Amino acid sequence: MTDVMTEVGAIDCDVHPSVPDVAALLPHLDTFWRDSVVERGLNSLDSNSYPLKSPLTSRPEWRNKSGLPAASAKEVGDQVFGRWQSGTAILNCLYGVQLLFSEDMAAAFCRALNDWVVKEWLDRDPRMRASIVIPMQNVEYAVDEIERCAKDRRFVQVLVLAMQEVPLGRRHFWPIYAACERHGLPLGIHAGSAYRNPVTSLGWPTWYIEDYAAQAPGFQSQMASLICEGVFAKHPGLKVVLIESGVTWLPGFLWRFGKFWRGLRTEVPWVDRAPWEIVRDHFRLTIQPFDAPDDPHAVERAIEHLRSDDILLYASDYPHWQFDGDAVIPAGFSPALRRKIAISNPLATYARLKEDAR
Amino acid sequence: MAKKHVVAAASEIPPGGRKLVTADGRAIVVFNLGGEFFALSNRCPHRGGSLCEGSLTGLVLSDDPGHYDYTRRGEIIRCPWHSWEFDIRTGKSWCDPDRVKARRFGVSVEKGAKLIEGPYVAETFRVSVENDYVVVEA
Repeated sequence: MTDVMTEVGAIDCDVHPSVPDVAALLPHLDTFWRDSVVERGLNSLDSNSYPLKSPLTSRPEWRNKSGLPAASAKEVGDQVFGRWQSGTAILNCLYGVQLLFSEDMAAAFCRALNDWVVKEWLDRDPRMRASIVIPMQNVEYAVDEIERCAKDRRFVQVLVLAMQEVPLGRRHFWPIYAACERHGLPLGIHAGSAYRNPVTSLGWPTWYIEDYAAQAPGFQSQMASLICEGVFAKHPGLKVVLIESGVTWLPGFLWRFGKFWRGLRTEVPWVDRAPWEIVRDHFRLTIQPFDAPDDPHAVERAIEHLRSDDILLYASDYPHWQFDGDAVIPAGFSPALRRKIAISNPLATYARLKEDAR
Repeated sequence: MAKKHVVAAASEIPPGGRKLVTADGRAIVVFNLGGEFFALSNRCPHRGGSLCEGSLTGLVLSDDPGHYDYTRRGEIIRCPWHSWEFDIRTGKSWCDPDRVKARRFGVSVEKGAKLIEGPYVAETFRVSVENDYVVVEA
């Protein structure tokens, strides 16, 4: 038994629509890639990051008869808008397009995926918004996809994975950040790996539990990369949302990062203020998983350590199994803070949510 | 009330040089920046490292990633322990200038002839009329 911890009209910043199989994308691929999928016998691009049968991937009651959760706009809507009474859902589609080695194929699948999201989700429920999935394998293609999709104002964010070929701050990625800034799209970094590198800096771990736990240090390294490379000095309007990153590691990491900045900042003189201040201005984190004990006092203390009411965003991470019952927001959030993370923080983060889309 | 202490012959600290001295029991590091003298507590306000043993460097700033604006060469001392930078002219740290500062002491160069008249404290060496001396107020 858990408390009901939702907010009426909330903007749910992390909801995952499931791609049933590659066949669903075929109508959105051009004929060459459509035939290639069939000829090569491709039937799934599901990633190791979210093994479909893993309990973490979905609560059992949210799976349909074939075992797939969040399989339609109606199913997602019934849960997110119906039961939890949210007003808006931001769809972050996790499908293994980032894992492909062919740049051309990755670009084709990203286009198909984004078009599929429009047709099967955004067009079916006006309360849904989505992130643009981009082929990070090729920066030029990634920018093209942002430009193509950004015309549809229902796309409110650009989505990449936490672990890729090289750190996200590297300067050859910057045209992507310029495009984000130009179109008022935050860069959403979601847990997951393109599996170009081991998911831990030590080498390949053995078990899924290690892979999933290693996401948090992955996020930390991306945060450090984006700051140290000077992304925010160059793109002061860029916002970054860490999605499914966990939250409570942040103060400890920033303490360490900030401490070393004091002695090492001459390496990166464009980092001209404490990392914490840059994080407060540019980074946002979704609240599931929060990574704290159930004790509300422990949660309160964790929130105090964040030293900002602005950086958390309401998110259920539906259908992933991060909490039981309807406790989307962990106990320990004050009513005012619950309201703030559910409405005003998302509106301040996602410029396009303030528009009357379409 | 600070007393004036004769701590070194001026010739001992040439431009770009520094010397650790003691005045009224305090460890003080005296710097010569192109003929101007500055005196800071030798004790780093962070954890107490000896600033005199740090490396002398310039100030690097940047208004654009990839561009290094490097000025004031020789006017910044980095603590040998954690590399925090201190402005020799002001004692202020770069990372937290309002709260973390190395204590400054008044310093001047006086003629030996004047020093012999007093009221100065020459703790460790003889002062001769014809030389210049570094005087620290501590």
